[in-house]
Amino acid sequence: MLDAVWLIPALPLLGFAILVLGNRRIGEPWAGWLATLMIAGSFVAGAVTFAGLVERPEEERQHVYRVFTWVAAGGLDVDLGFLVDPLSMTMVLFVTGVGTLIHLYSIGYMHGDPGFHRFFAYLNLFAFSMLMLVLGDNLLVTFLGWEGVGACSYLLISFWFTSEANASAGKKAFVTNRIGDVGFMLAMFLSFVTLGTLSYVNGDGTGILENAAALSVAAATGIALLAFVGACGKSAQLPLFVWLPDAMAGPTPVSALIHAATMVTSGVYLLTRLSPVLLQAEDWVPTLIAVVGAATALFAATVAVAQRDIKKVLAYSTVSQLGYMFLAVGSGAYVAAVFHMITHAFFKALLFLGAGSVIHGLHEEQDMRRMGALKRFMPITAATFIVGWLAIAGVPPFAGFWSKDEILLYAYAKHPVLWAVGLVTALLTAFYMSRQVFMVFFGEPRWGGAVDGEHALHEDAPGESEAPSAEVAAAQAADHDGSAGAADHAGHGGVTPHESPWTMFVPLLVLAGLAVVGGGLNLPFEGTHFLADWLHPVVEATEAEIDVSDGTKVALAGVAVVAALLGIAAAALVYLRHRIDARRVEPDVLLQAWHYDQAISAFVGGPGRAGAEAAATADRTGIDGAVNGVATLVRNGGDRLRVVQTGLVRSYALSIAAGAVGLLAYFVVRTGI
Amino acid sequence: MGSLLAPALLATEAHAESPEFPILTALIVIPALGALALALTPASRPELSRLVGVGMSLVTGAMSVYLMTQFVIDEPGFQETSKHSWIESFGISWNLGVDGISLFLVVLTGILFPLALIGVKPHHDTKSYMAWLLLLEAGCMGVFLALDLFLFFVAFEIVLVPMYFLIGGWGYGERVYAALKFFLFTMLGSAFMLVSIIALAFLHERATGVLTFDLVEIAEAQALAETTARWLFLGFAVAFAVKCPIFPLHTWLPDAHTQAPTAGSVILAGVMLKLGTYGFVRFGLYLFPEAATWAAPVLVTLGVIGIIYGAIVAAVQRDLKRLVAYSSVAHLGFIVLGTFAFTSQGLQGGVLQMVNHGISTGALFLLLGMLYERRHTYEIASLRGLQRAAPVMAAVFTVVMMSSIGLPGLNGFVGEFLILIGSFPTRRWWAVVATFGVVLAAVYLLWAYQRVFHGDPDDENATFADMTWREGAVMAPLLALIVFLGVFPRPVLERIEPAVGRLITHIEERSDFTEPAVTRQGTGAVEVVGPAAVEEEGAEEAEEAGAETGGEGEG
Repeated sequence: MLDAVWLIPALPLLGFAILVLGNRRIGEPWAGWLATLMIAGSFVAGAVTFAGLVERPEEERQHVYRVFTWVAAGGLDVDLGFLVDPLSMTMVLFVTGVGTLIHLYSIGYMHGDPGFHRFFAYLNLFAFSMLMLVLGDNLLVTFLGWEGVGACSYLLISFWFTSEANASAGKKAFVTNRIGDVGFMLAMFLSFVTLGTLSYVNGDGTGILENAAALSVAAATGIALLAFVGACGKSAQLPLFVWLPDAMAGPTPVSALIHAATMVTSGVYLLTRLSPVLLQAEDWVPTLIAVVGAATALFAATVAVAQRDIKKVLAYSTVSQLGYMFLAVGSGAYVAAVFHMITHAFFKALLFLGAGSVIHGLHEEQDMRRMGALKRFMPITAATFIVGWLAIAGVPPFAGFWSKDEILLYAYAKHPVLWAVGLVTALLTAFYMSRQVFMVFFGEPRWGGAVDGEHALHEDAPGESEAPSAEVAAAQAADHDGSAGAADHAGHGGVTPHESPWTMFVPLLVLAGLAVVGGGLNLPFEGTHFLADWLHPVVEATEAEIDVSDGTKVALAGVAVVAALLGIAAAALVYLRHRIDARRVEPDVLLQAWHYDQAISAFVGGPGRAGAEAAATADRTGIDGAVNGVATLVRNGGDRLRVVQTGLVRSYALSIAAGAVGLLAYFVVRTGI
Repeated sequence: MGSLLAPALLATEAHAESPEFPILTALIVIPALGALALALTPASRPELSRLVGVGMSLVTGAMSVYLMTQFVIDEPGFQETSKHSWIESFGISWNLGVDGISLFLVVLTGILFPLALIGVKPHHDTKSYMAWLLLLEAGCMGVFLALDLFLFFVAFEIVLVPMYFLIGGWGYGERVYAALKFFLFTMLGSAFMLVSIIALAFLHERATGVLTFDLVEIAEAQALAETTARWLFLGFAVAFAVKCPIFPLHTWLPDAHTQAPTAGSVILAGVMLKLGTYGFVRFGLYLFPEAATWAAPVLVTLGVIGIIYGAIVAAVQRDLKRLVAYSSVAHLGFIVLGTFAFTSQGLQGGVLQMVNHGISTGALFLLLGMLYERRHTYEIASLRGLQRAAPVMAAVFTVVMMSSIGLPGLNGFVGEFLILIGSFPTRRWWAVVATFGVVLAAVYLLWAYQRVFHGDPDDENATFADMTWREGAVMAPLLALIVFLGVFPRPVLERIEPAVGRLITHIEERSDFTEPAVTRQGTGAVEVVGPAAVEEEGAEEAEEAGAETGGEGEG
């Protein structure tokens, strides 16, 4: 049963191949259904494999399935193979599960787009890459998926390529990711020279995971650090997070799937996968990971407080939540990291899709200052979004509370300062998410020309909006006017929000359900640590042992809940009751994300660009000039040789021959033959 | 010149003992005969010239593929050899052979030429154009197949002439300047090599009493004093370094590429640059193993400088062809790094990357040629938003670009990865710096793609026509190879491996160098697939070295 694992990535790949070859011939909506069917099939194959794994006794839950030898040279021998174990199957199930829902949602969301089939081809290719990433039985196959998801991310961010901003965002994502990938590649090289293999499991005790204890501390430190660099790039941690907020230029389902639920969690997966190496490394490596995670979590949360674009808030929120996961990994709480990865996938995908529904309903409006009171017009979207909000804010019993609480617990055990940073972040999270919900769904309607100072809005936030091509927007708008499902927007002086079609709200409902009950995966009570028990064989040796009394645990949880409620209350004061002027809590420096990104852009565009130009000029003048003797020869010889150039081939052949003979003669004479 | 030799050779062939079809000779003679035949066709009938040219190159291509199927995988030495005395008094012979190192370059040559001939139609004088290209093909085949130093030199020089006339006759703008620059640079390098070759032959004679230009004989005898070998190596190295080109001898390349006609660029980048890297592997390492290890630090450093420098300069180019030309400097830098790492992975990756670069860059230049036919410019600034008008071409371009960037799953990655992982044990810090080159590759190519294909097309670019069926048919085999070699490079690697293994052993026996054995640190008993088993035999004796590597990790 476990050997069916190859089907899991193969189905989306097949879907991609069919969609590419069929191109426009498979139009709307069949391209969407085909792609959805493929990823759903992948989910089923995953479930079957999962069931097969569950049947086995715990110590045998590890199975390697090799397809063929991919790269072999000298002592290097890398198979294209899959590793079936509790960690990979957990990843597979949530990737394909959430993936299927988002595919389905996209059928509605991308309705009328001229690139409909292309979009689904990319989505399936992404699903394939992501599954290779989590299923690979060695670092190189993981890297194949790792770079593959990066490439798909590039293709999907710049999907509406006619806008320069989208194109730049795609390129930025790819290049920033690649900086991290250098770390990944070097980690592979180091692992190869020290262990002689790239495989996680060889079955004979030589695989990286089996043999990590044989690594020297220095080598393990090196591999762990380099892998962490790779993880920082892919999972948008400080200092490499800059691409993720820009990545919101892609269509919203892409933001939900790639830039919230799945791809960005790859770094957490990688570090969890390599946890035996982390264990072997110097102690400061996990600490560094925890510190970077905590810093990222806090940093991004402060920025999210002042964002105006509905997706930008969620983007920074994602960066912040990923920071939590890194905090967990650094604290040795691998189970909590995976737990939060899953619950986050549920509620963040939900929030993004909800945001997409809002954007869709308001005809591509993304500025939250032009929203408001939408709960009356979009009841399902509003209800599900509110569930997502409570989940991310850490209100019990929603999913986010449980996973965040567990991370904070381990952070506390690691160092109270880390816990404090996490707690402040939790408060900020509750605050900015409440702000978003109040601005979008409550209060007065500010859409449809109801807002004043439209001009000023755009000045404040240059290039921040999703901005698909006008043609697309028009096509979508036109289509909704004609469709029966679309509600009453008679077009008097602006837009009237409407609820989305069923393909869009069904995924919302399912995800909302998961966001409510997702915490049940791993409850902190006797006998309910389901996820921890399931992942036990993978993280057995590496999970941190913490020594915190039950009383302290309850107290910590209580403090976290209070923080969440405080955050919500504060936001209510500002954005619902308007007791405090919103502008006072949204300083410009936060809106501009502490000017971090601008500083980098200024450097790359300024001195960086100038340096490259200087090199190019030097190449033309300096280095070419260094061989100036030749150049002069060219110029002087040019006139004379032009005679030759006009026709006689033989002159050239002759000159070569003459030269050759001359030298030959010289040597013959010299050596005296 | 090749065509002049043909009749005499065929006559000799008749006396040969082996009744087998002399396929290697045919690979050189057929395009040469084609060139000769073209000389006889009337200039007034370009379609006839085209037919002959394309036909002959297709026959050659088919034969090169056939050669690949006949190739014996586990044989590390030369195969299909054919040796016939040519200038007896000097020990010069028509001596051909193929091994894993040259096999795929021969196939690459066989495949790229017909594609270049079919893909691009010359704007005038089809007859001479075709004739020059066929002569060029004969020369390239000669370089890859020659096992006689003199024959190699002749072929190495022959290729200059057709390329000179192709650039000068069918090129753009400052073609005469570019052609001369190209010619003089490479001639200069060749002069040093000629001196080295002749000196080598005579010094070999002084030591052994036999005057010969036979590569294998000279290389196996190793009759040179250490210093002499180093000087002679440098003579070869200059010629190859110009050809590669290795920084700072690369300045002819952007000019030659920019001014050359499309087919010229395809062949120049796809095949002719490999004459340099192939030369290093086949002649540099084989003839002068000790000198090669002696010079390796310098060459590797220059290679790595080329990787970074080429990429940075490429990023700010305003002309697409110049951009791709500088990207070649970067890519060839990788190959130099892999070659002088002297490890199995590094060298195999280097050889594989020669083929990969030929495919990807050849494909890129073909695409640029198609672009030029429509817009008559290579200037990035005047192109914009082409993806809207030409989605298929954009898709093809994306795949080729990703291959060049080194995306796993496509061909470029496998070579690059092997080079880097192979140079990491012996040239650690160079490999680390080179790895950053992969970031830069993404920068310049994606930026160029964005400016050319993304955005909203203005009026001039809005009517850009998408690929035609003919163009698609030319790109299809290249795309297939890009994907195939990325997913399943094993058929290629297992043919390269024995030859590379032999070369490394040769170097180890004749220099202080020892390849660090990287083996799995564990209980052993690993199932080793295919040719890797050959290495496994040596694993035991290499355990001492393995312990050394392990110690390094612990330190």
